[in-house]
Amino acid sequence: MRSKPIGGALAGLAAIALTLGLTALGSAQDGASSGASNSAAEIERYRKMIDDPMANPGFLNVDRGEALWSEARGDKAVSLETCDLGEGPGVLEGAYAKLPRYFKDSDQVMDLEQRLLWCMEKVQAFDTKAIRAKPFSGPGRGSDMEDLVAFIANKSSGMKIEAPLAHPKEKELYRIGEALFFRRSSVMDFSCATCHGAPNKRIRTTDLPQFDTPNPSAQASMASWPTYRVSQSATRTMQHRLWDCYRQMRMPAPGYASEAVTALALYLNKNAEGGELKVPSIKR
Amino acid sequence: MTTKFLVFSALLAATPALAADDGSAVDAARVEKTVASSFANAPEGWDDRLKQDDAQRICTETRNEPPEELADKIVAAEKAKVKLPEDGKVIGDWKAGEKVAQNGRGFQFSDPPGTEAGGNCYACHQLDPKETSYGTLGPSLKGYGKGFKFSDDAAKATYAKIYNAQSVLPCSNMPRFGANHVLTETQMKDVTAYLFDPASPVNK
Ligand code: HEC
Ligand code: HEC
Repeated sequence: MRSKPIGGALAGLAAIALTLGLTALGSAQDGASSGASNSAAEIERYRKMIDDPMANPGFLNVDRGEALWSEARGDKAVSLETCDLGEGPGVLEGAYAKLPRYFKDSDQVMDLEQRLLWCMEKVQAFDTKAIRAKPFSGPGRGSDMEDLVAFIANKSSGMKIEAPLAHPKEKELYRIGEALFFRRSSVMDFSCATCHGAPNKRIRTTDLPQFDTPNPSAQASMASWPTYRVSQSATRTMQHRLWDCYRQMRMPAPGYASEAVTALALYLNKNAEGGELKVPSIKR
Repeated sequence: MTTKFLVFSALLAATPALAADDGSAVDAARVEKTVASSFANAPEGWDDRLKQDDAQRICTETRNEPPEELADKIVAAEKAKVKLPEDGKVIGDWKAGEKVAQNGRGFQFSDPPGTEAGGNCYACHQLDPKETSYGTLGPSLKGYGKGFKFSDDAAKATYAKIYNAQSVLPCSNMPRFGANHVLTETQMKDVTAYLFDPASPVNK
């Protein structure tokens, strides 16, 4: 097992917080002025930090995820190392770049997080109830999923997002994702397209990527998840991002590893095809 | 007949993602099944957030470009929902209106119960030219009332617009603040004052 300078990464975090003067920011539209926090210069600075394990605390999750991947757990007391993420049992390189995708054994299109839960249950006979109830990390509480996703996604860093939609169920879920993207609901009449359906729009000072058509902003976005979010002091996955956008839509929280989130992720990835993954990234 | 989401309408002609010839479209009922299963744990009282009213459904199906007859149908139905204040006065306190325009809280599952909702106008609009943190999803409203010479009729029309954006423009991306019970009458008067009071910084 590789070892990463964990203390160094923590020191790096402190340095980021100091140099950028970042404090916990609410969501961009909560009313707090986010000032010039996503100026081009700052984005460039984040970009430089992505590959530097000393500066990007997301690599702590990568290390923990690596240990977790090979740890014997569950009633069967085996590791996840025979889990098939789509490229064959145990193959990690490039797996994340092609997820969500169809799996024959479950007869279902799954994203990485659904697939990991499936492997925990089937391969390890591990009880996932606690994870499903609290999948995201919080103050004083880590997240196995954030660790595993960071580790596995990192094995696709440098590779391009692919969503060939070869299987009929992939095509169907893509269509469902597309329909959900444009589906207006709740008290503000929002859909994803309200905020991500046109080029070069902003909420407050936050730039909004466009996702309803293939374009570089969609590529750059999808290629940057999972990401270490400085404002939340946590590494976040696509499940968390879409949970957060449904919050902004004034919808109820979508279920973790639910079909809607995977459908949307597939739709987004289709419009982000060719984007080169650089993960875990780091952002505000 | 179930409604189909027409995936390869002219709107999407620029999307090369999937060949139009595979002809597949997804059944609206199938999509609603996904919604029901994915939000099965919605807290009590939140079921309505999952359902669509007529305007939401039509705007979803037509990608916010309803054909004329449906557009007319939406405008008629949404106009009928607009209630102007009984005393006919639509101008409240612009200072309170500024708070409504700045406040983006309310109705989110992360909000503590009893959180006062705001209008979040700055998420989408420029208003006070001194406020640099504004979004661009809607047009700039800088100098709005001044542009209408502070006319009372224009203020009333603006109150109605805020009450129900789709009573004016069907499938507008702007929320229907009064019709959906997001803002109170007082809040809507105050925000109208923020746009129409000559003393408001919006008009400076
Ligand atoms: C009310 C506005 C709003 C709505 C509605 C909304 N989003 Fe977002 N979305 C945002 C904001 C603000 C961000 C943060 C952008 C940032 O911080 O760079 C964001 C970020 C994202 C990101 C990550 C972008 C990145 O580069 O990191 C994705 C993916 C995304 N949204 C998808 C969606 C999807 C899918 C939906 C519908 C389920 C949706 N959004 C609905 C406002 C919205
Ligand atoms: C999610 C985005 C969004 C929010 C939030 C929003 N608006 Fe709008 N608004 C729009 C869009 C888009 C338009 C242009 C389309 C239309 O006229 O409906 C618009 C148009 C308007 C107009 C008409 C401008 C004209 O052309 O004369 C007024 C007035 C207005 N908004 C006021 C407000 C006020 C006041 C608030 C807050 C209480 C608000 N808006 C919140 C998106 C938004």
